[in-house]
Amino acid sequence: MARLRKRSKEPAPEAPQQARPRRGGAAIIALEDVTKVYPGGHLALERVSLSIDRGDFVFLVGPTGCGKSTLIKLLIRELDPTEGAVKIAGREIGGLPDKKIPQLRRNIGTVFQDFKLLPNRNVYDNVAYALQVIGASRAEIREKVPETLRLVGLSTKLHSYPDQLSGGEQQRVSIARAFVNHPPLLLADEPSGNLDPVTSIGIMQLLYRINKTGTTVLVVTHDREMVDKMRRRVIELYEGRVVRDETTGGYTEESTNEFGMRMRAEMGVGVEGQTNGHDRVEP
Amino acid sequence: MGRLVFFIREAFRALRRNAAPSMAAIVTTIVTVILLGVLIPVFQTTQAKSNEVRQQLELRVAVFDDATKGDLKSLHDKLAAIPHVQSVGFITKTEALKELRGFLKDDTNPIAALNGHNPLPANFVVRPDDAANLDSIKQAITPPGPDGSPKPISPVISDVFDRQDDRQKIEQVTGALKIVLTIITALLVVASLMLIGNTIRLSIYTRRREVEVMRLVGATRWFIRWPFMIEGVVVGFVGGLVAILILWLGKVTIVDPLSSDFALLRAQDSIPFTTLVAILFAAAVLVSAIGSGITLRRFLRV
Repeated sequence: MARLRKRSKEPAPEAPQQARPRRGGAAIIALEDVTKVYPGGHLALERVSLSIDRGDFVFLVGPTGCGKSTLIKLLIRELDPTEGAVKIAGREIGGLPDKKIPQLRRNIGTVFQDFKLLPNRNVYDNVAYALQVIGASRAEIREKVPETLRLVGLSTKLHSYPDQLSGGEQQRVSIARAFVNHPPLLLADEPSGNLDPVTSIGIMQLLYRINKTGTTVLVVTHDREMVDKMRRRVIELYEGRVVRDETTGGYTEESTNEFGMRMRAEMGVGVEGQTNGHDRVEP
Repeated sequence: MGRLVFFIREAFRALRRNAAPSMAAIVTTIVTVILLGVLIPVFQTTQAKSNEVRQQLELRVAVFDDATKGDLKSLHDKLAAIPHVQSVGFITKTEALKELRGFLKDDTNPIAALNGHNPLPANFVVRPDDAANLDSIKQAITPPGPDGSPKPISPVISDVFDRQDDRQKIEQVTGALKIVLTIITALLVVASLMLIGNTIRLSIYTRRREVEVMRLVGATRWFIRWPFMIEGVVVGFVGGLVAILILWLGKVTIVDPLSSDFALLRAQDSIPFTTLVAILFAAAVLVSAIGSGITLRRFLRV
């Protein structure tokens, strides 16, 4: 059975070009008849079953209140399902003792709409924290943090604090933090919810690039227009149930640049570079 | 080892970046420690003084059995004439025995053993107007003779002694006082601990989102908790140090010069300064650290 990576002892997957695990391998996420009822009786998820393979890039869409965020919280064991089983890498996490939860979370990168950066740390230290938590050596931190920040295009802002950055930049920091120890799974909850279309495409392009290194990416969004043009698998939730699960527009292999150019063309926005100064939060 | 350095660096980073709440916690600690540092010795001195009062409230002047009525009369007048003497009473041999019997309560064996013989002396009971004057009165009754040894003012005096057992009357007053002071001290200590704890809670509460983020990236509870606890230790250490410095300055500049003039401040029974300081300091550090740890529990629940 596939297991989560243990700590950082094992060498991280080669970042840029690792062969993508083929589809049809072991499912990294599997929900079996999951029901979540909040105290008070609100039914957030109702008998949801789905399976996501390693290396996939999957969108989870649906209107506000359909249970998307609840699903994310179940995956990182912030919540326990009322019924059913949530499995990560084949392992049922409902039965995980509290002490093992940090271990689970180290293997899942998370990105949120509100970035969730540590306000008292600069960009470098925010990303480094994810490595310090797993007990990485200083040498490892010094090597991986700049490398990851280069990947997200923030090499020049190492010493800025979160409140000195634009929304798009903050989201890049949070993606860098989620990805710095190369987790096998990355969850993004409305990663572009606070950002303008150009910046959003930049963020999607970044997630796409991360996906190409072999990391499974699950993006939660309510932006159906963008999802339809991404040509990736889409799972739609409505009132706590899966109402659609399909791959839109034909699945194709394309390079990150091709992906970005196509997205910009289809969304009807400029074709400038990746970080182009439009990186601002929409007023 | 590397971890410890990391945790300490984290603690100081947090103190630096959250200057206002940190200062609030430190100032609270300073104020509380000073309050305790002043009130504990004051209460202790009060208690010690009430104990002294209890022991020294009256003098007994015993006389020889063969003293004549005239001797006793002139001694009585002499005693009454001594400054600060409020009253002079007389207890006969029979009354003394009766008093002893009452004191022994049900244990009659010692009395029975006397076989009707009464060894107790008759004596005068000398009450001062104030307990603090007992020494001078005693001095007046037995002034030092030319050779230095005490020489009683009358040849019929066999002995002069302080009444140490006459507790019943004063017991009620001083006993109640003692209980009240103990309760107040205890309440004060508890209130101080809660005050410090609460300030720490507040400073951590403002950072609960930070804790949430740390949990999200897979930090273990202790990984999150250690820097906060070290922060608490630093706050307690700095606060305690400043408070003790102020207490010491106050002791040297105000209390010490006065204590040579006022008996009340010269409290031999109160806790030694170094012990007091050590206890307060340890308490400040411990309370801060443990307070931080306990407060975090709420935000560390998964």
